[in-house]
Amino acid sequence: MENYITKFRLLSLFAAVTLVAACSGTADRAYDGGMIGGTMTVTRDGVEIRPGTTEDFAVRAPDRIFFDFDKSSISRESLKALQFQADWLKHYSNKKVVVEGHCDERGTREYNLALGERRANSVKDYLVSKGIRSSRIKVISYGKERPAVVGSNESSWSQNRRAVTAVVK
Amino acid sequence: MRIFLLFVMFMVAFSSVSKAEVSIDITGGRAAPLPIAVPDFISIKEDIAIGRDVASVVMADLKRSGLFRIMGSKAFLQKFDSINTRPRFADWKVINAQALVQGRVETLKDGRLRVEFRLWDVFSSQQLKGQAYVTESSNWRSVAHIISDAVYERITGEKGYFDTRIVYIGETGIQTNRVKRLAIMDQDGANNRFLTDGSTLVLTPRFSPTSQEITYFSYFNDVPRVYLFNINTGKQELLGNFPGMTFAPRFSPNGKKIIISMANKGNTEIYEMELASRRIKRLTKHPAIDTSPSYSPDSSRITFNSDRGGSQQIYVMNSNGSNVRRISFGKGRYATPVWSPRGDYIAFTKMYNKTFYIGVMHPDGSGERLLASGYLVEAPTWAPNGRVLMFFQQTKADSDGKGATSKLYSIDLTGYNEHVVITPTDASDPAWSPILH
Repeated sequence: MENYITKFRLLSLFAAVTLVAACSGTADRAYDGGMIGGTMTVTRDGVEIRPGTTEDFAVRAPDRIFFDFDKSSISRESLKALQFQADWLKHYSNKKVVVEGHCDERGTREYNLALGERRANSVKDYLVSKGIRSSRIKVISYGKERPAVVGSNESSWSQNRRAVTAVVK
Repeated sequence: MRIFLLFVMFMVAFSSVSKAEVSIDITGGRAAPLPIAVPDFISIKEDIAIGRDVASVVMADLKRSGLFRIMGSKAFLQKFDSINTRPRFADWKVINAQALVQGRVETLKDGRLRVEFRLWDVFSSQQLKGQAYVTESSNWRSVAHIISDAVYERITGEKGYFDTRIVYIGETGIQTNRVKRLAIMDQDGANNRFLTDGSTLVLTPRFSPTSQEITYFSYFNDVPRVYLFNINTGKQELLGNFPGMTFAPRFSPNGKKIIISMANKGNTEIYEMELASRRIKRLTKHPAIDTSPSYSPDSSRITFNSDRGGSQQIYVMNSNGSNVRRISFGKGRYATPVWSPRGDYIAFTKMYNKTFYIGVMHPDGSGERLLASGYLVEAPTWAPNGRVLMFFQQTKADSDGKGATSKLYSIDLTGYNEHVVITPTDASDPAWSPILH
């Protein structure tokens, strides 16, 4: 692994292509599946992001998808994002992820814990259907306990109804 | 906050006729509170402060109940110098006191405290109650609450709820990374202390009806599970070995079982665990979410929350899982059903048209009444006498995402007498203890 990273860094010096990644948390980040495991260096705030890491995953693949109110079904728009997550996981086949299910604050605490678990499992089921071993994917629900955005309006709520995939360090 | 109440004239029946005595009917609606006089408990000079403190805790309890009006001491015409001095009832009648609490405190030679009180019906000149207690002097607040309970019970005919505690979640920090700690306090907000340090996210504590134990939900080591917490020893214990997330715990009425939800592979079901043997029994079998279970006081039935009908509604089943039927049919979504300790009502959270409500309905679904409402009100818990509810209210954040607060409130079953319960930090998920004495 260490050798790989060193080699990657050398290559990346010559490639000398720098992307400025959108900051984490935006809903519609542009991404490009062709970059997985590629030789381009991605930086965020001037810091190089190492391939195969949580940060690499988050900037190359959209790390989150969003849900309708009280729903756990995956929307058509989210399929592309999940396909990319699956591609990334196929490339870094030794990596494990945890999928966090979240809800907006417009529900009751216990029901939202259950709903968040259902959302996280929707993502897990999709990734498994794309050939990722289920033992590589853990799920956890945070219900409404960890909003991404604070605000008592539909725009905040819609960003909080999410499932976030994070690479296990 | 208060919504609507179709209810009813309040009756203060006092002793204008021969056998009637001073009493309050708390099953009805609102009426003028009963005027009661609680002079400072008498004592020798060294104990004057404690005599005043005991009386003021009693007064605060009775006042907060909404059923009593505490009379100002300036109006009092009689000053007691001995507990054995019989009240001059004419002097209390003339200032319109209907009940009088006469008390005395004494520090004994061994350092313990002796507290004695007598409750008088002013109009019939009768003693209604008289009791004495000896306790460690540090326990003086408990004794004051026990006296409040005795007065409340004697006058309303219902058990009191003052010698109780509240376990809740103390909240601090930013909303996106809220620090939540288990906290406990007396029902009047005194003796607040935090039971966990905030390093782990904890939620939904519930009191054992029979022991000094709490069951709650914790993200300890990022593995969300139900735990037991012993208040006396501070010992925490993981409950069971489940393949998925366990949450929404509650004790059975006899304290011997815990009922929980387990979420696994996208499905949440209700399970029951016998605490002594740790034997587990699955009670629901449905691909929908089944959560927030609560036993009826006789343990024969369980109410719970399910979206099996397409949206969150309240259901009741037999405690072996059979005979599941939906009881909520109003507009909107219904959640967090909690069976009253009296058995006559199920309290719930309702969500309809961008508003959250706290309400009650009978276990057959009839008689729905909404008691309180707000941007987000949630998690009703019953006082042990089934006459008062506590819940939390979270306010809206402003456009900068700031300003949201979360506080505890109590309200009578009648829908009246709503007030905030003061806590040192923001607070949520209250759970009322049983009577402690």
